[in-house]
Amino acid sequence: MSASPPTAPPPAPPPPPTSLVRRHHWIVRLTHWGTVLALSGMIASGLQIYEAYARFGNRGGPYFPSPFNGTEFPAWGRLGGWLAGALNWHFALMWPLVLFGLLYLSYLVGSGEWRGLLFRPRDLRGAIEMQKYYLGLRQEHPPQGKHNPLQKLAYTFIVCLGVLAVLTGVAIYKPLQFSWLTALFGGFQAARYWHFWVVWIFIAFTVVHVLLVFLVDPHSLRAMITGWYRGRFPSHD
Amino acid sequence: MIRSDQTLETPERPTTDRRGFLRLTAGAGTATLAAACGWDGGDAVRPSLLDVSRLNDWVGEHILFSPTRLARTYRLADRSASLPSYFISGVTPLLRDPTAWRLRVDGMVRQPLDLSLDDLQRMPRQSYTVKHHCVEGWSAIASWHGVPVAAIVERCRPLPEARYINFVSFDAGYSNGWDLASAMHPQTILAYGMNDSPLPPAHGAPLRVYSPTKLGYKLTKYLVSLTFTDRRPGGYWEDQGYPWFGGL
Repeated sequence: MSASPPTAPPPAPPPPPTSLVRRHHWIVRLTHWGTVLALSGMIASGLQIYEAYARFGNRGGPYFPSPFNGTEFPAWGRLGGWLAGALNWHFALMWPLVLFGLLYLSYLVGSGEWRGLLFRPRDLRGAIEMQKYYLGLRQEHPPQGKHNPLQKLAYTFIVCLGVLAVLTGVAIYKPLQFSWLTALFGGFQAARYWHFWVVWIFIAFTVVHVLLVFLVDPHSLRAMITGWYRGRFPSHD
Repeated sequence: MIRSDQTLETPERPTTDRRGFLRLTAGAGTATLAAACGWDGGDAVRPSLLDVSRLNDWVGEHILFSPTRLARTYRLADRSASLPSYFISGVTPLLRDPTAWRLRVDGMVRQPLDLSLDDLQRMPRQSYTVKHHCVEGWSAIASWHGVPVAAIVERCRPLPEARYINFVSFDAGYSNGWDLASAMHPQTILAYGMNDSPLPPAHGAPLRVYSPTKLGYKLTKYLVSLTFTDRRPGGYWEDQGYPWFGGL
């Protein structure tokens, strides 16, 4: 045993495999991509519906301020072909949209994952620290759980926006049966106005969301598809 | 054949496949959306969309609709300066002989009726100032007066099997099928007047359906008959794909 073997030194051990972390439950992934599809159809059919009366305000009264008064959106952004076709898409896709939303929220509550997602006042300090880090005013990444406080803020906001989209939709779908809701939004035309603006906030959120996925954490895309996260993003150090 | 199998077994392949798959999915999704533009569903999807529309009608009629909830009424000062008027004919539909006009009430009723405008004006009168909602998205406030459909029902006494009313006009075959509950709503009237004046020809003279519980396209103008039935009647726009219930 004293002589070393005549063969070449053993090869260096392979680098430790990047650990795979189970990140997203199938309900989260299903509802995420389901919402992408349903919401895309809702927005496209909504833009076709909008074309039938492309402004806000009672007839004969002043219009609400909007850069889109009289705008006809390009054909590639509309779905349904004509008003009735678009209405039928819109009123069919509203069901999966609401069901995905309820399923997702039930999962968050049932699993306790809401704790890692809901932005609460005590997250404010962490959000400021996180903002400092992004602005280069702080060297080390602040410690965090699954999501940092800014992400919590974004995901809490988008859930609220989804609720607002549904409620303003109900307010203009059944303005008599839900007259209290329509009144809450300031009346039929105002509710229609907010329902329309929710779309642009959703689109802006999606643009930023997708940009951040690719610029900051491309591995999170795989995690949202397969459920497994592989990488060394600070959140999983 | 063998060559391609071997290619598939190279270790690089799975990663590329997954990426390729992602790219393909993203591309296909975009292409689907692009192809879908201006698409009413085609022969494959449109029937399903219409099935869901039937489901929505059912929810609207049996779950959401309240036979007693009243639409908000407004002050006369709130009236809109204008209210667009739609009809199907190329020109405003006019009666050749307005004095000969009669409203026929028939179908599954114990007492069919044949009413003149005078007859209708002698019946109970309901008037209100409410908001009109068009399916296109516009709204306008106006006053209407006329006889409640419930008063007609009281007089013609429908059979228990009657569940719907078909409202028929003399405007190029325009008609609307209604559920009886919406027709019996206290604010559903056969209007012979608008904004304190007799109903103008553009708005359906001499008689039209009015109700703040339904979208404008359900409010049949230029009325000639009400037919009570146990089979759901369609309607001019409803048969072309617009929601049948059209309730607010």
